[in-house]
Amino acid sequence: MIDLAWLVVAIPLASSALLLLLGRRSDAWGHLLATLAAVASFVVGLLVVLEVLGQSPEERINDVHLFSWIPAGELSIDAGLRVDPLSLTFVMLITFVGSLIHVYSIGYMTHDPARRRFFAYLNLFVAAMLVLVLADSYALLFVGWEGVGLASYLLIGFWNHNTDYAVAAKKAFVMNRVGDMGLIVAMGLMFASLGTVSFSGVDAAASGLSTPMATAIGLLLLLGACGKSAQFPLQAWLGDAMAGPTPVSALIHAATMVTAGVYLIVRADSIFSAAPTAQLVTACVGAFTLLLGAAIACGKDDIKKSLAGSTMSQIGYMVLAAGLGPIGYAYAIFHLVTHGFFKAGLFLGAGSVMHANGDSTDMRTYGGLRKVMLVTWATFAVCWLAIIGVPPFAGFYSKDKIIETAFVGEGWQPWVFGGAALVGAAVTAFYMSRMFFMTFHGKARWVDEASKLGADDPRPRRHPHESPLVMTLPVVVLAIGAVSLGFLLSLGDGITGWLEPVTGHVDHPEPVLPVPVILTATLVLVAAGVALAWRQYGMNTVPLTAPAGSPLTRAARRDFFADDVNEALAMRPGQHLTRTLVYADTAVVDGAVTGAAAGTVASGRVLRKLQNGYVRSYAAMILAGVVIAGAVLHLVRL
Amino acid sequence: MSSLPWITILIAVPLVAALVLWLVPGLHRFARPVGLAVSLVTLGGAVAMATGFDPSRAGEQQLTQTVGWIPSIGASYAVGLNGLGLVMVLLALALVPIVLAADWHAVPDASEADRRATDRRRATFVALVLALASLMVAVFAARDVFLFYVVFEVMLIPVYFLVGMFGGANRRSAAVKFLVYSLAGGLIMLVGVVMLYLQGPGGPQGFLIDNLAGVVSDPTTERWLFVAFFVAFAVKAPMWPVHTWLPDTTAQATPGTSTLLVGVLDKVGTFGMLALCLPLFPGAARWAAPAIVVLALISIVYGALVAIGQQDMMRFIAFTSISHFGFIVLGIFVGSEVAMTGAMFYMLAHGLSIAGLFLLAGYLAERGGSRRIDAYGGWQRVTPVLAGLFLVSGMASVALPGLSGFIGEYLVLVGSFASSIPAAAVATLGVVLAALYFLLVYQRVFTGQPRAEIAQARADGALRDLGARERWSLVPVVVAMVVLGVLPGPVLDLLTPLAQVLALGGAQ
Amino acid sequence: MSLMHYLVLSGILFTIGAVTVLVRRNAILAFMGVELMLNSCNLALVAFSRVHGTLTGQVMAFYVMVVAAAEVVVGLAIIVSIYRARRTVSVDEPSLLRN
Repeated sequence: MIDLAWLVVAIPLASSALLLLLGRRSDAWGHLLATLAAVASFVVGLLVVLEVLGQSPEERINDVHLFSWIPAGELSIDAGLRVDPLSLTFVMLITFVGSLIHVYSIGYMTHDPARRRFFAYLNLFVAAMLVLVLADSYALLFVGWEGVGLASYLLIGFWNHNTDYAVAAKKAFVMNRVGDMGLIVAMGLMFASLGTVSFSGVDAAASGLSTPMATAIGLLLLLGACGKSAQFPLQAWLGDAMAGPTPVSALIHAATMVTAGVYLIVRADSIFSAAPTAQLVTACVGAFTLLLGAAIACGKDDIKKSLAGSTMSQIGYMVLAAGLGPIGYAYAIFHLVTHGFFKAGLFLGAGSVMHANGDSTDMRTYGGLRKVMLVTWATFAVCWLAIIGVPPFAGFYSKDKIIETAFVGEGWQPWVFGGAALVGAAVTAFYMSRMFFMTFHGKARWVDEASKLGADDPRPRRHPHESPLVMTLPVVVLAIGAVSLGFLLSLGDGITGWLEPVTGHVDHPEPVLPVPVILTATLVLVAAGVALAWRQYGMNTVPLTAPAGSPLTRAARRDFFADDVNEALAMRPGQHLTRTLVYADTAVVDGAVTGAAAGTVASGRVLRKLQNGYVRSYAAMILAGVVIAGAVLHLVRL
Repeated sequence: MSSLPWITILIAVPLVAALVLWLVPGLHRFARPVGLAVSLVTLGGAVAMATGFDPSRAGEQQLTQTVGWIPSIGASYAVGLNGLGLVMVLLALALVPIVLAADWHAVPDASEADRRATDRRRATFVALVLALASLMVAVFAARDVFLFYVVFEVMLIPVYFLVGMFGGANRRSAAVKFLVYSLAGGLIMLVGVVMLYLQGPGGPQGFLIDNLAGVVSDPTTERWLFVAFFVAFAVKAPMWPVHTWLPDTTAQATPGTSTLLVGVLDKVGTFGMLALCLPLFPGAARWAAPAIVVLALISIVYGALVAIGQQDMMRFIAFTSISHFGFIVLGIFVGSEVAMTGAMFYMLAHGLSIAGLFLLAGYLAERGGSRRIDAYGGWQRVTPVLAGLFLVSGMASVALPGLSGFIGEYLVLVGSFASSIPAAAVATLGVVLAALYFLLVYQRVFTGQPRAEIAQARADGALRDLGARERWSLVPVVVAMVVLGVLPGPVLDLLTPLAQVLALGGAQ
Repeated sequence: MSLMHYLVLSGILFTIGAVTVLVRRNAILAFMGVELMLNSCNLALVAFSRVHGTLTGQVMAFYVMVVAAAEVVVGLAIIVSIYRARRTVSVDEPSLLRN
């Protein structure tokens, strides 16, 4: 079965190609085929997992050679799959959550005329993401890496008749490409210093790298990870990416694609282990982004953008854990898996809420929706409790481990990283509770379409309703995961034991604070965050239009001026440069050519006067020419 | 089979067909189908020839044929193909039928009275394209410096007429600019050709590349000769700062002519660098490599930045090509075997992506009536198939993995890192700029809301998506992009041995 | 008589011919000048031939004569047709070569 692992990728890829090639002819059944392909991919993946579970732990790293891909002399790259616990964890997450989101999309996209194209893109994404995690070399990983970028571009811009959405899609792709540039340069340096870009080759030789080279490669890989995982300083695209249909936000911009950066860092363990500085920078980026994302999430009134900030922040936790080195890898992946479930659940819940509210994303026009959307409320509540880390929900197990690990180490680092993780937990509790209360509790800030209130009522007219079963069922499954997965995956050796063949065995040293103290502090801070949110958004009336707010709130609403910085540093100078060059190209570079041509024409115009049409003057000129030529020959004696 | 003089057949068949089509008035009415058939037969011949090619000896000239031509000056008709030559001949001959099909209506239909004149113009067009096909085979197969030079210059004639007779309003001045630019480069090369012969052994085969390789012993003379050849190829390629003829020409030419011009003819420049500059003047090439790498880097970044600011689709595509030619030249001169293999593959991949972009832009302009980018918007809803194919071609052009463009660009970049990290790092900037310039244009042309009259025309059926002829002219191109992106192995096997022979080890 | 004498005579004849061409407006006279120049060259050629003892110069002289004869035929025909068309044989009149 392991030899057939390529089917995991091939099935959704074939389905996607088929749907795109057949075009409108497959409109009627396209969504069913795509969903079936995702489920089939999950089933194949599951069979592979079962077989790997049957192997002894040391043998669980399987390299499956497929074909010789780029045989270019000194650099020969094979296409092959790395089937090991780490990649299989991702395969399970991608195909399972992916299948659920396919099912959900059947309902969500019912009324869209281009539903078949949407499903083709979703399948394309799943295939590309699976290539990314199953690749056995950085080169093939890059194929998946850019492939998910393309799928993300297509899906963010799915409704690209709205120019803003098309711009958001382009922004995501270009910022991702900045990160990809890091990955390309990293691969170039690997080839220059190690002569290979395969995982096994790099892992075997990485210990021989000089520290500056290892640090450079590590930092460049981190740049790639930052682009894909929306970490500082390449985080600005994620909020705009919410322009895509909500299932896309759930699958790509919450559960799977944005976690690829974490995967890359864990996968490149051999490089990062040789480069402590790069590791430290990684942890710093993670810690900073987890606070930045949380702050952004607090300031947003758009439910999807708030969730996007939350995703940024949660991935910050994972990057922080991955930056702590082998002690953090397993927890980073653990949190990644649980986050995949509850965040997808939250997004799909948000999608249901939007669906019920005429596609409005403004939380200030929600309120009191619990009564009309009971199932959505219940699943959202479960996922809310999971993300803020209330025991025994999944987030508690995974996030708490990261907070504990962040407190491990010497000097200033455990205090800074641990402190950031703790504060982040409190802020997470606040903004998630804010979102939950604003949406489902309090007084309704909308009026029913059927009500007889006067037209001067400022509240929007809505007709909220529960979503159909095809949409609620996947959310319920995700919610079940959000409840149980933390507990299930930490049974016995749990996910740490499963990942050990990849992450290596590590002893967990004691944190600088006793574990119970950290645990208590976390829970107290979470409770405080929830209480604060309840006081402000549960008990009080939420105004329909946002109050001016403190400078911090205003900054958070504008993503801490990330767009303004990008504009000032990159876009405007770039535009000026482009305009100058376009002008210079015609005026200077081409001007030199046209100038030479004009000079020739002008001299011709002068010399033309000699051609006066009188035969005798021509004869005189000929004679003079002969005389001069003869004289020159005579004098120079050539 | 292999005993047949394949290359000569491939040169002769389209040339004879071109002459017949041009000279026999009775055939003018059927010029287009006859031309298409001839080009397909020629392509079939090329494929048959390729089966007789031994990939394990791809670094050497195969299928060779040598006949004395002008023995008194040492010129001979010497043809043969190595791996790169074979790939380029196949690309050229594959693009010819595609271009003929795509430019089916390059001469618009006329009223009954003008039928005869229209047919004659159409026959002229087809004959010129076929003549060009013959010359392209000859230039890639030439093993004699004199023969190469003659074909290199003669090729200008059909292109001059293709641009000057069939194209936009300013086609005449564009054609003249192209001709004068190319002639200027070519004349400098002629000086080099003559001087090189005088340095060589002379005799009736004194112009054979094999007899001239490395014969120049004096470094100063070698450098002058190298520069003379390189300037001609740099104009052709086109490299910054001698690139300005390309945007003007493509802006006026028909999409098919632009495809052949940029997709194949410009490759003669980089092909000449590989086939003449490196083997003839290895020492001087090593001496000049750093300067050329700098020029290549400028081309990459400059082309991409100027492309962002373009208003005309054809000029935009031309500037992206200048950026891409920068990558090719970088790969040739950076001094890494892997990068050189990548550069050669890039020549093929760029030929495909450029064909897709030019032809689709042409189809779009036929529908929208303008080549200006800002005349469009929201056309994805109007012509979804066209938009999708444009996206695929563009993604191949900006090196999305899984498509052909990636293999070349990846090998050039990764290989460059082994030779010069700063140069490679600058070139990587091109990757980001490429995404930006292409997506900007895609956004401006295809996303947003279509204008009301366009949407109305679409609803009335007056405006249609790609028809069968247009689709099938692009299917082979897109299929090749995907296949070469996933399975580049067979082509790389043809190119790698050559790179091992030619790569400049000493440029580090 | 030494070679020099022949050459000087040839030079004098050539100069007379050249001045005739430049100074006279009448096409027929200009034509005569051209003939005179050609024949001065012939004289020089034959003289060289005699001095060197080879026939090359004489062959060249015959060549020039043949060409000159052909030229006279064509040239006179042109002059006659110009005269018929314009009623003049002045070389300054038909300055139509201009533009």
